[in-house]
Amino acid sequence: MLFTALCLTFIVFFLTNLEPNLEKLAKTEGNFRMSDEAVQSWLSDRGYTDNTFVKFGRWMGVAPGWETVKEDGTVLRQCRDAKLPEEDRATYCGVLQGDWGYSLRFKTDVSNVISERLGATGKLMFFVMIFMVPMALIVGVLAGMREGSGLDRSLSTFSIATTATPEYVSGVIFIAVFSSSAVGLKWFKGSATSALEDITFENFTLPVLTIALYGMGYVARMTRASMTEVMTAQFIRTARLKGVSFRNIVLKHALRNALIAPFTVIMLQFPWLLNGVVIVETLFNYKGFGWALVEAASNNDIELLLAVSVVSVAVVLITQLISDIGYVYLNPRIRVS
Amino acid sequence: MTMTDPQTQTQTAGTAKGAYDGPILEIDKLSISFFTRLREIPAVMDFSVAVQPGEAVGLVGESGCGKSTVALGVMQDLGVNGRVVGGSIKFKGRDLGQMSMEELRDIRGSEIAMIYQEPMASLNPAMKIGKQLMEVPMIHQGLDEKAAYDRALQVVTDVKLPDPKRILNSYPHQLSGGQQQRIVIAMALMSEPSLLILDEPTTALDVTVEAAVVELVKDLGKKYGTSMLFISHNLGLVLETCDRICVMYSGEAVERGSIEDVFDEMQHPYTQALFRSIPLPGADKNARPLVAIPGNFPLPHERPPGCNFGPRCDYFEAGRCDQSNIPMFDVPGNERHATRCLRFQEIDWNAPITVGEATQKNEPGKVVLKMENLKKYYEVAANALFGGGEKKVVKANETLSFEARESETLAIVGESGCGKSTFAKVLMGLETATDGKILLDNQSIEDVPIEKRDTKTIADVQMVFQNPFDTLNPSMTVGRQIIRALEIFKIGKNEAERKKRMLELLDVVKLPRAFADRMPRQLSGGQKQRVGIARAFAGGARIVVADEPVSALDVSVQAAVTDLLMEIQRNEKTTLLFISHDLSIVRYLSDRVMVMYLGHVVELGDTDQVFSPPYHPYTEALLSAVPIADTSIQKEHIVLEGDIPSAMNPPPGCPFQTRCRWKDKVAGGLCEKEVPPVRQLGGGHQIKCHLPDAELNAMTPVIKVAAE
Repeated sequence: MLFTALCLTFIVFFLTNLEPNLEKLAKTEGNFRMSDEAVQSWLSDRGYTDNTFVKFGRWMGVAPGWETVKEDGTVLRQCRDAKLPEEDRATYCGVLQGDWGYSLRFKTDVSNVISERLGATGKLMFFVMIFMVPMALIVGVLAGMREGSGLDRSLSTFSIATTATPEYVSGVIFIAVFSSSAVGLKWFKGSATSALEDITFENFTLPVLTIALYGMGYVARMTRASMTEVMTAQFIRTARLKGVSFRNIVLKHALRNALIAPFTVIMLQFPWLLNGVVIVETLFNYKGFGWALVEAASNNDIELLLAVSVVSVAVVLITQLISDIGYVYLNPRIRVS
Repeated sequence: MTMTDPQTQTQTAGTAKGAYDGPILEIDKLSISFFTRLREIPAVMDFSVAVQPGEAVGLVGESGCGKSTVALGVMQDLGVNGRVVGGSIKFKGRDLGQMSMEELRDIRGSEIAMIYQEPMASLNPAMKIGKQLMEVPMIHQGLDEKAAYDRALQVVTDVKLPDPKRILNSYPHQLSGGQQQRIVIAMALMSEPSLLILDEPTTALDVTVEAAVVELVKDLGKKYGTSMLFISHNLGLVLETCDRICVMYSGEAVERGSIEDVFDEMQHPYTQALFRSIPLPGADKNARPLVAIPGNFPLPHERPPGCNFGPRCDYFEAGRCDQSNIPMFDVPGNERHATRCLRFQEIDWNAPITVGEATQKNEPGKVVLKMENLKKYYEVAANALFGGGEKKVVKANETLSFEARESETLAIVGESGCGKSTFAKVLMGLETATDGKILLDNQSIEDVPIEKRDTKTIADVQMVFQNPFDTLNPSMTVGRQIIRALEIFKIGKNEAERKKRMLELLDVVKLPRAFADRMPRQLSGGQKQRVGIARAFAGGARIVVADEPVSALDVSVQAAVTDLLMEIQRNEKTTLLFISHDLSIVRYLSDRVMVMYLGHVVELGDTDQVFSPPYHPYTEALLSAVPIADTSIQKEHIVLEGDIPSAMNPPPGCPFQTRCRWKDKVAGGLCEKEVPPVRQLGGGHQIKCHLPDAELNAMTPVIKVAAE
């Protein structure tokens, strides 16, 4: 798992450190009218022209940080703790030392940006999950318990429709219908900026709904498929011929078995949500993690971009680990003996 | 659901059980159809049977004859497509078809309970056994959790499961197949039903486990006074368990009567043909071969007019048997004996069987295959999740030694886990041996995996598989699959020659040449198995391993496929290694028998030597466990305790000592300390047992034919 994380970050690192990107960086940071030589020297002073692996090592904190003594005596170094006396300054300053670098866009340490934005997105995700998961499971189980019934047909249509509508479409429609004067239902606010300080029903409903609906259809479809399969299993017939009522067959016998498969899918939704978060946060101007990613990318903020991807990779891998552990818990057949 | 006081409810149930004295179950002219978009498919037609209190009625027939549909009909659980289209099912005088869902639910599980074919599939995998059992009395008698638990504990003790408390607290997958089936039985008995429906309850189990389960069901039936409807395809099993029998063919009951009437004075050609196609003691592959029923089982929408059995019947009379539907006739003289045959009074039922041509026995030739101390061990990691931990060794085959001669049939007998399939894999080259030698024409092949064997060796050693449904490629025509085998064996110079050879092979296995262009799904089970046989013999195989080749087939087809194998063997002088758990068929066709238990060969000898005393104690139990469909046979009753030990954790000393009833006859607890040596009893008969000669010689035959 760690190896996967390492590989993925390296790929992102490699791509963000490509030549044209660096040139652009030099020009934005230095001077737009820099000559090519000046760009080269600016980059080499800051260690950007070294081997990719060396650079990756520095960023990770397993190789010593770069340090250049210029002709005029000024010292440029990666480890920026200027307040400390010379001998106390660390030679290694990378991710492993807890130094994520400096965000050029927000003019502060990357770690500050990440923790603040991640907290904001965490709130959003929390509300999405407590709305999406129970709804999706209820819809899926209701649809799946009687395959082919009218209830099944209508709920299935609903879930297909929501999965087939991307966030940027549903988001725009929601804003148009519920918060603009076009329809006139000014129930909710079209912007979620104020939700950063104070979450209200008014400013937070639309972003949550937009993300949740998209994921819900998918999870509901999976639950339905799993439920219909379980309902035709022989042990359900056993229960029926034991005299168990239909309600109890669904609740006591089918439910746990039917949840085994969708559980993995629900956990897989977390990375998917990250995806949706980017769009929705930008759309509703909610300054969270996704919004930070967009800002970092459009402003060529390499270190913030890297940090965002590392966190995303970690979120994906951790949720997968949780899903595997939860699977073992739900399914007694693979419980460790 | 509102619950009345449990006391009064059991009382009313008790009085109801006592007050009603008519038949428990009365099915009258029942017809059930399944409706598809294309057509109505009649599954059961004009079916009548009555089950009296305390009586066990057997329902016998081949797969697809509608016997399970009858059971589901009684339970009123036919699914979305099934519907009762005629007749009635009365339970204690009340018509089940007229009941509301509520009333049905009250009866299901409390008055009528069902035991199913596959115990693993019919238990909820994610619910503890105890909870599944306790549910029944909690629903029907309104018991509280404590009382329900006590009841569950008592019933689990009743079905003779060891350590009931632990069992109640475990999940279904933690139990063995036999234990699971006992749990299903316990579940059915939780509320002491008046009627128990058993749908092939032992098909998925091993013979010795089957014998124990059957014994249990019989005992409990007596103890609780339960009526039983026993559905099976195994005539021998029905003979052992039931009082009355109803034979079904293609959706209809063809003969109905008491066990003695139907077994000894059968009045329907199908029943007669069925009995002639199963190997009973006395049948012999050369002198008295089985008589297979010609033709195939008709599909439900292709039934012939008139008598359904007409086209396959020896006594068919055109213009009479194929005119109109045939009703049931009462057989005069016998009580409650009826048959669906127009000519039953004209047929001479005692006429001797027109014996098929008796054939000459092939003399075994030179030794082709020789095994010397073959061993196959598997290493299994003790902890599956992390791969670490101690490695465990599974001894799948332990010092196997035997010889097989040309045109000889050697049967390998044993229950699941005895190592017979592992042995086949090693011989085929799918696995390599851990130790020992396999000599094919004095050339050792035990270390040569199949990829490295030359074409000749592969073509020489071939296999016929158990399940013909899975072993043919579903997207390739039958002809193409045989030609493919010919290509691999490098037979024939060009496509035309191979095609010619393929058509010849189809002739050999008695399939019409037109079948070359058919897809496997268009073939019946028996026909598919014939294709499998043709493929195995494509390269002129000299050794054919037949791994339970007929156990997945219906009784009437089994005889035909067995005969075919025998015939090819006679012509090609093939050595046949016949792997089976069915001792009747082994006795019928094999020259020599090898009995295996937990990887050990416990007995090896000629068929006559193995089937008569002295026996190895395991062979003795095996012989006693096999149900025989002949009323004149008397069997000694030996029921083995417990399950087969796991090969991961075999008992010390003799592998069979945990279940052996002769153990105390051996002095000094030797059985628990040492693996017995192989002892020669003369005439090539060998046995792996500590029993002293005196005890062995004093053994009496398990199967006796009663004096006429």
